[in-house]
Amino acid sequence: MSAIPTPTHDAHGHDAHGHGEHGHGDHGKYPFLRHHFDTPAQQFDSAKLGMWVFLATEILFFGALFAMYAILRFKHPEVFEYASHYLDTIMGGINTCVLILSSLTMAMAVYFAQRSKKGPLVFCLFLTLLGAVGFLVIKYFEYTHKFHENLVWGASFYKPVDEEERVIVTTPHQAPATLAEQSTAPDLSPGAASAALVKLPAADASVVKKAALGPGGLAPASGSPEQEAEVKAEEATEKALPHLLDPKMPVNTHQFFAIYYCMTGLHGIHVVIGMGMILWLMWGAMRGRYDGNYYTPVDLGGLYWHIVDLIWIFLFPLFYLIH
Amino acid sequence: MASHSSHSQDGHGHGDGHPLVGHVVPLSLLFATGLALIALTVVTVAVRYIDVGEFNIWIALGVAVVKAALVVLIFMHLRWDRTFNLLTLVGSILFVLLLITFAMMDVHQYQPQLAPGNPKGVAETLTKDAPYAPIASQNPPA
Repeated sequence: MSAIPTPTHDAHGHDAHGHGEHGHGDHGKYPFLRHHFDTPAQQFDSAKLGMWVFLATEILFFGALFAMYAILRFKHPEVFEYASHYLDTIMGGINTCVLILSSLTMAMAVYFAQRSKKGPLVFCLFLTLLGAVGFLVIKYFEYTHKFHENLVWGASFYKPVDEEERVIVTTPHQAPATLAEQSTAPDLSPGAASAALVKLPAADASVVKKAALGPGGLAPASGSPEQEAEVKAEEATEKALPHLLDPKMPVNTHQFFAIYYCMTGLHGIHVVIGMGMILWLMWGAMRGRYDGNYYTPVDLGGLYWHIVDLIWIFLFPLFYLIH
Repeated sequence: MASHSSHSQDGHGHGDGHPLVGHVVPLSLLFATGLALIALTVVTVAVRYIDVGEFNIWIALGVAVVKAALVVLIFMHLRWDRTFNLLTLVGSILFVLLLITFAMMDVHQYQPQLAPGNPKGVAETLTKDAPYAPIASQNPPA
């Protein structure tokens, strides 16, 4: 250490770069100006560039999921057309408006920070936070409704809700009940292409046909255990969720819900992180940390919040608005 | 870009004056942008119910791109910001498009070689693990 005569920072600020109006004087005038920046403008631009680089990584992060979406939609267009109808367009539309409005209040918060107006700044941040909460509440209702209807990813999508029903359905005689329906139905309008592929081993299908019961009044009185099992299976089928009995359901429909939960879930995590950030900004704003000279955190937080809005602007038509 | 140096000459950003750094977007423009975004949302939802076949997704994506441009240019101040920040954004989008394009080319290329339907034995597994799952036959009717 002793070989180096003077710390470079000292020389930097005072003599080497003391050009014109910016010099060591700026550091005294602006307490927020870090020693390694010459001017507030330089500090602001550096922070903003750093934020934009981070936002670029966020876009790449979501970009991988958008690529997955493109591949799945290309390979199974009928799945997307069919499954999109299980999403509530009204709720999605309201959520889009909520996010746009919260983006607007965030932009207004930056405006009031620039104008050194503390009260309106805190109020606009609060409105933004309210928008985030509203978005998540609506999303919560959407998710729980889908969980209730078994509209989930993976094999659970095709399972009955309760275990007893599952046992009945998976007994050899009844397992292919809905599948048999599919193989006999001649044309299935929207997903006809893939539905035409749906076929069953002939042996199973014949068993199912035998299992079908007549009208209630003509049903044989409970006698043999076989008949009782048939009645029970019939009841289970009636109790099963609508999408499981829908003969129009294309193969691989669960994939739509896998990508839906992946993308909206990751977006939802970003909304939660954004809420933490807005709370932190509100806390700082109430303590009077931000004014027209220094509002960088509000500005950068705003950029993050707008990116969250931006991603949703694309997610909404891609999932909710498939004709 | 040039505005930065002029702003820093102003000195203090107290009161209603200009801030020390950055660009102030007037409230009226912010409100107009918000209104335009809401209107475009209504338009894109309405278009869903009009059938124009293949073009539906392109219209929806086109409206989304316009909305995204409004958010980026006005809410995110990019219209008045440094060009390098715009370059960062455009660069990231280009790389995402590159990823999607090449992935799709690959999918196209291998599509004819894929064996259709579920392989042998899948029907039994599906019946056990996912009772109601439709099964795609390996030998679809011609």
